[in-house]
Amino acid sequence: MATREVISTGNELAAIAAVDAGCKFFGGYPLTPSSEIMHVCSDLLPKKGGVAIQMEDEIAGICCVIGAAMAGDRALTATSGPGMSLKAENLGLAQMAEVPLVCINVMRGGPSTGLPTRVSQGDILQSKNPSHGDYKSITLCAGSLAECYTEVVRAFNIADRFMQPVIVLLDETIGHMHGKADIPTIEDVEAGIVPRKRFDGAPEDYFPYECGPTEPAVLNPMFEGYRYHFTGLHHDKNGFPTEEIETCRKLIQRLEDKVEVHKNEVESYEEFMMDDAEIMIVAYGSVSLAAKESIRHLRKEGIKAGLFRPITIWPSPAEKIKEYTDKIEKVLVVELNIGQFHSEVQRAAARLDIEGLFKVNGRPISPYEIVNKVKEL
Amino acid sequence: MAFNYDKYLRLEKMPTLWCWGCGDGVILKAFVRAIEKMGVNQDDICVVSGIGCSGRFSSYVDFNTVHTTHGRTVAYATGIKLSRPDKMVICVAGDGDALAIGGNHTIHGCRRNIDMTMIIINNFIYGLTNSQTSPTTPKGMWTVTQKAGNIDPTFNTCDLAIAAGASFVARESMLDPKKLEKAMIKAMQHKGFSMMEVLSNCHINLGRKNKMVSAMENLEWIDSITISKKKYDTMTPEEQLNLLPTGILKQDTEADEYCDMYAEIQKAQQGLRKPISQDDFAKKI
Repeated sequence: MATREVISTGNELAAIAAVDAGCKFFGGYPLTPSSEIMHVCSDLLPKKGGVAIQMEDEIAGICCVIGAAMAGDRALTATSGPGMSLKAENLGLAQMAEVPLVCINVMRGGPSTGLPTRVSQGDILQSKNPSHGDYKSITLCAGSLAECYTEVVRAFNIADRFMQPVIVLLDETIGHMHGKADIPTIEDVEAGIVPRKRFDGAPEDYFPYECGPTEPAVLNPMFEGYRYHFTGLHHDKNGFPTEEIETCRKLIQRLEDKVEVHKNEVESYEEFMMDDAEIMIVAYGSVSLAAKESIRHLRKEGIKAGLFRPITIWPSPAEKIKEYTDKIEKVLVVELNIGQFHSEVQRAAARLDIEGLFKVNGRPISPYEIVNKVKEL
Repeated sequence: MAFNYDKYLRLEKMPTLWCWGCGDGVILKAFVRAIEKMGVNQDDICVVSGIGCSGRFSSYVDFNTVHTTHGRTVAYATGIKLSRPDKMVICVAGDGDALAIGGNHTIHGCRRNIDMTMIIINNFIYGLTNSQTSPTTPKGMWTVTQKAGNIDPTFNTCDLAIAAGASFVARESMLDPKKLEKAMIKAMQHKGFSMMEVLSNCHINLGRKNKMVSAMENLEWIDSITISKKKYDTMTPEEQLNLLPTGILKQDTEADEYCDMYAEIQKAQQGLRKPISQDDFAKKI
């Protein structure tokens, strides 16, 4: 794949990626450390005939994005932890009504107002189930500047494939990191855009929510002659509220299965020096950069460490994790929270002896902290 | 010939879940007649409703329809309208939906003056959830959350909308469906944010405990608290005290509409005009 070299920040690249991926609408509310995404979108989108609007609050930010997506646009919102908490209910509606959108969360210290300008990875579990109820969230996590671009492009395609919100996690370090990145050329990106499916038959034959038990709804844009109904209530094949027992059960089961059955399509991870690894470090986001540095150092000392980095966080690459944890005894999860992905590695590995190195004071983990921890194992 | 509503209704959803004697059906029919008279294609209309009895409005009418989360109609509608500025977007919300949980969005929709019509069906109570106090419940009335009498001051929907910057504000009640229909047409034809408050009855969950056990008694009470703007304007403040004026209360055809203004942003960003400055506006602060 052809690439172009850019010098930029993670937040800026995420916004550029959205525009390049055909996003036509941004709605949001200023929230440190994500605001630069809105700044760039409000500059770039109107240039392309799109819209970026600063709404009155975080809730309105996600609501107008869902509205634009219902109308047929690719649409984006960006925020950080406090905004995710506020957006949660409407992310639930987008899950229920199967409205595709991308929501970028640049993670900062929490809970509550927390550490607004400092780094954290404390929203891993929140992104698994932001809202009440059952559904299967899809969450991607960028581990480099280039991935701030590529994962946002991928998120739009996944959102349109599975007809649901896709969360892209950046952390404050990645979002504000400034440097050189090789990103795909526009031609390559545009060639890779896969828009949502649409129904082209007669309106009377159209049933947006009538689909196979493991398939997403097919929602045509509004105003094109296919009049149907969006609701957050349990609904029938036309989208109308129902309490019919089997319809309700099938709907929720389908929201789970449409992702679960096809999760290989979204699975993504990086293996770094894992071929001969005797120690497996699991890290993602900005922490993976420190982990790679520590592994290079450890290797020089003859310690065979390797990194497993989930890029798709939810659904987690559990099978792959198990494959490794079945043969590698020493496993260390390093993250900027108190073990949010650690618990997922424990679950996937079916082992309780997974080690952890956690930090929650708003500061990054240094390669030397990881080196020291590995040596203690 | 009697008006045929069938074309605009989702007949398979009938009967509605609204109570016998509820005003919502009268309002829905007035809305449908207004649309027919305006001659707008059903495919070009989006109706967005929230939560509450009024929330079901969208599922009964055959347009592009959205039933949102509680209070968020205007926020959803803003995304839809900005995405497709050439289409007609109508929000339908109740008093609790639009003025309590969704108050912020209502205010800012008015402020932006984005071209949509917001129909607030004000029945002075949370009806669907059984008689909790709403921001428009008159002081002293019984509610299930204030059994000793409501002490919460009330919002005046139209005053709020005028103050917040809506360029069209009207109030009617469901007592005069013809007048309501005409007001709705004017609201929907107006370019900008149109606030259309419609006073309606909830004899079940407001009336029963407030000496208005039938729809008629509830409507008589609405009749007693409303008066035409023309008469209202001739009254002293003391006489106006417990009355709500009906009719068109504000219509400003000069105010900048948000989608039009956003088109200017697009032009400026595309280098087709110079950036927008304070000189572009008569009112600068």
